Amino acid sequence: MAYDFVFKPFADMTPEDYAAVGFKSGLEIHQQLLTEKKLFCRCPAGHYSRAYHAEILRHMRPTLSELGEYDGTALMEFKTKKEIIYRINRETVCTYEMDDTPPFMIDEQALDIALSIAMLYECVMVDELHIARKQYLDGSIPTGFQRTTIVGVDGHIPYKDRTIQIIQLGLEEDACREVSDIGHRRIYRTDRLGMPLIETVTGPDMRTPREVAEVCQILRRLVRSTGRVRTGLGAGREDVNVSVTGGTRIEIKGVPRIPRIPLLTYNEAMRQWNLLRLREELTRRGITAETFKAGAEEIVKWVRRTNYQPLQAALAGGMTAYGVVLRGFRGLLNWQTQIDTYFHQEISDRVRVVACLTLLPNIVHSDSLGQGLAAGEWPSVKKALGAGDNDAVVVVWGSEDDAKLAAQEIIIRAKEASIGVPSETRQALCDGTNGFERILPGPDRMYPDTDLPPKTIAADRLAWLQASLPASIFQREAWYREIGVPKDLVEQLSMSPFAPLFETAVRERGLDPKLAAVILVHLPKRWKRKGIKLESGTAEAAAILDQVFEAIQGRRLFKEGVPEILEAALTSGRPVDVFLPNPEPGETPAPDEARIAGLLTGPRWQDDRRRKRRAMGLLMDVWRGRIDAAAASRDMDEALGKVRP
Amino acid sequence: MSDADLYKGYKGRALEVLQHFQTPVWCDATFVTETGRYTGIVLPRSETADPVHIVIKLRSGYNIGILADRVTGVEIYGRKEAHYKIPEKDFPYDPVRPKVKLLGTGGTIASRLDYRTGAVIPAFSPGELYGSVPELADICNLETEKLFGVFSENMGPEQYIATAKAIGREIQNGVQGVVIGHGTDTMHHTAAILSFMVQNSPVPIVMVGSQRSSDRPSSDAALNLMHSVKTAAESDIAEVMVCMFGPTSDTYGLLHRGTRVRKMHSSYRSTFRTIGDIPIAMVSREKITPLRQDYKRRRKDREVVINTAFEEKVAIVYYYPNMKPDMIDSLIDNGYKGIIIAGTGLGHVNKPLYPALKRAQDKKIAVYMTVQTLWGYVQMYVYDTGRDMMELGVVPAANLLPEVGYVKLCWALGQTTDLDEVKKIMLTPVAGEITEREPSNGYLIFQGGIPEVEEFISKYRK
Repeated sequence: MAYDFVFKPFADMTPEDYAAVGFKSGLEIHQQLLTEKKLFCRCPAGHYSRAYHAEILRHMRPTLSELGEYDGTALMEFKTKKEIIYRINRETVCTYEMDDTPPFMIDEQALDIALSIAMLYECVMVDELHIARKQYLDGSIPTGFQRTTIVGVDGHIPYKDRTIQIIQLGLEEDACREVSDIGHRRIYRTDRLGMPLIETVTGPDMRTPREVAEVCQILRRLVRSTGRVRTGLGAGREDVNVSVTGGTRIEIKGVPRIPRIPLLTYNEAMRQWNLLRLREELTRRGITAETFKAGAEEIVKWVRRTNYQPLQAALAGGMTAYGVVLRGFRGLLNWQTQIDTYFHQEISDRVRVVACLTLLPNIVHSDSLGQGLAAGEWPSVKKALGAGDNDAVVVVWGSEDDAKLAAQEIIIRAKEASIGVPSETRQALCDGTNGFERILPGPDRMYPDTDLPPKTIAADRLAWLQASLPASIFQREAWYREIGVPKDLVEQLSMSPFAPLFETAVRERGLDPKLAAVILVHLPKRWKRKGIKLESGTAEAAAILDQVFEAIQGRRLFKEGVPEILEAALTSGRPVDVFLPNPEPGETPAPDEARIAGLLTGPRWQDDRRRKRRAMGLLMDVWRGRIDAAAASRDMDEALGKVRP
Repeated sequence: MSDADLYKGYKGRALEVLQHFQTPVWCDATFVTETGRYTGIVLPRSETADPVHIVIKLRSGYNIGILADRVTGVEIYGRKEAHYKIPEKDFPYDPVRPKVKLLGTGGTIASRLDYRTGAVIPAFSPGELYGSVPELADICNLETEKLFGVFSENMGPEQYIATAKAIGREIQNGVQGVVIGHGTDTMHHTAAILSFMVQNSPVPIVMVGSQRSSDRPSSDAALNLMHSVKTAAESDIAEVMVCMFGPTSDTYGLLHRGTRVRKMHSSYRSTFRTIGDIPIAMVSREKITPLRQDYKRRRKDREVVINTAFEEKVAIVYYYPNMKPDMIDSLIDNGYKGIIIAGTGLGHVNKPLYPALKRAQDKKIAVYMTVQTLWGYVQMYVYDTGRDMMELGVVPAANLLPEVGYVKLCWALGQTTDLDEVKKIMLTPVAGEITEREPSNGYLIFQGGIPEVEEFISKYRK
């Protein structure tokens, strides 16, 4: 096929444009669960701290998969020869996380939550769980693998007029947080390590960047609607998979916020498309995987007197320099890949990650104009490498081992350009572009966990969980609309931890849906603004809210009085009853006719409308929330007819 | 092919269902149930797992189990059989490098997945080792020989004797050092018996294993192997040693004397510790650093002495309060010739055991006292009870570790039945199993939580 479509600026791209390039995207959403303990040990969950008491040093080596193959990422990570340092805090990490003690049995609370969420996705449930080891050789988990298991497959959620497939729902342990990664040393903080996490994998069913963000939002709302997942920074993270026609599935990791997704996926689609266009250009120049030619030489002699500061500093520090000639590549290092990003960036990224040359810039190339080496230096470097006019040259510097590895890696990446889009895991950057992180791992990195036996999920456990499952947000939202919950409150209410309370209030206490929704959505926000803290969380607030609904049901409290009484009850910790008028048996709390007549016969008023308004004001000052304002207004209308000032 | 091969590990209902749908293992298939469909490759099932589930590997690489009874249909697409094989590469030969022999006994130093049990089983050949730890070729010319493939708890006299003889043979053949791959659980028993059976070795004999199997990226196997091969090839310590991690970090290993070492943690990497003394040396990929000078030096000659005597009727009795004399009686009645008691404190047992000990004395059974505190010496004069016991023929065995005492008594009784001779052998140190003194840094179990210990831990990688 021809790659003649040219990407427009982000804002100008239409769904038809994305269809033209065959944009496809899927999501992997990670969400921490609200449990007391970690997944495979009994460390407390959710205690985070930068403080650490000791360090442990480890290296990672590739091992064979269950099917007897090495994983590509594993080999790449091994090439990098990193020293991994773990900072450990004795309060949050035990010998399990440090891989010095075998796993304990899986946390049942986490398992219940994961099973429930799989049911919300209407997954096909797994009868027997098998714990797998998913290899991560970057060191982000000290064992070198993540313990993970699939609890459900082949689910789906409704989206627009179609469904989005949920390929699988996994339950797994969270990884370390990277502190730094400089040269051959990578440092991790271990406080998050081992936290229970679910991974939701969707099919590649999204067709535009906007759809990806929307589906991500829906999935996030869905899991949060259970009230059993963690919220806050880092508790939910998503990876986005993107491909275009002729490209390959690229996984972008570490997307911090959903609104970032559209630009990020746009850039990735453009990157793949432009790499395919680059291949076309190479083919046009007669360069294919078979005819590709390149060479590398040590070139210190030719750049010893350079004024280019990074190279000068490296050579002064005893480093070496290599030159790489890419035959026929002239001009292509400046081939655009993403917004303000060019092909030489792909090369620099590889050098940074694989050869650990983390100090940037780490390469300089002959297509860069007016930057890097002086114009006079290029000819001698080119001559040393035997480079001709149609060739491109890349110079890299570092220790002998690193620079040599880097030179090889530059050749590998350039050759890949003649093949297409290499399968990679990429990193989301804050400007909406993405950078190379590692080779995309495949199913070869999976290995059965021989430390834990398979676990049967009994049918009665599933039945019990199914019975206690909250209605899905899709069902809830349909019902909310049906009973007249204001449109702008529907989504917020369905995600609210108080959603179950709404249902009892409306169905059992017969409350006006609009009133109940306003109370449950707006008032918690107001407390947050006012800094009212809920000591024992939403459970306590739910109990007090229920008392309020009971009072409304019993006509002892009316909507105008709700905020005040609710806040009084929350801040004092005393029951709502204490703040309600306590009528004698038989006495109605409402003002009697005489009092209303008295209010209406006050000062002279120009007209009945103003007379009533003033009287209502005076009445509500005293009785706010304790009488039904609408009923009082009707009483007043009636009285107006009888009472003359 | 038999059904046992076709339906590897399956039994009961799961086997019936697979047979009914003619879906042997390694089939790529979709299993249809009333609630939905599952697609993947049918895997063999562990023999210890239940008979009602079928295991498949999903396209994503994950494994799941399906309740066989729920399967209503199977669609088969093809077959993909796994061949788990560590890539083999010829171990490079370099005439200037020393020759080291690696003798394999089993254990997790090199291992692969076993579908029968779902656990890992040992795998081992120079080619496989080179394929997974290529760094070894920078140290030596390695030859390997698989003596047996047993887990360390299954090591016994037959294996001890065969190993000792193999070591003797290799030394005669001129190797620069011997490495013995061994499971870690009873490595210290084997290290001790080899210290007695192989005497006057002119070269290092290094025992090595791993606490995390080599099928894990964070395994200690590769580094332990590099350390042990380096020690065998380059060190001038001609003793039987255990070479395992010093700290849990991947930094250095320790070389422990074979008769003073013990596994002290069920799972830590740094589980081996020299008891009541200090290790012989530290070893890293770069260098070997001796911590003491009183070790036996490497020699050019080949005059090794192999003495594989072994009496099997020996037991360790781990004393506990309220132990009944029938524990000792049953050993006597079953014809045991030697008993090592791991006594409390300085070496004590309760009075009710005395008649039984008297019987043992009358039956000419060799009874030796060691301490279950592991650190420290037996001292039976401090209390009267100790003196009483010595009257009953119980011989205090100084600071011999209980397990070391056990294998030494096996070895001594294998050589003679004369109890005086046995006593002479037992109490004369052959390979540092009894030391004259305990240095003040021979007992250091730091207590976590104490400020200065925490400060130390924060400064040095554990």
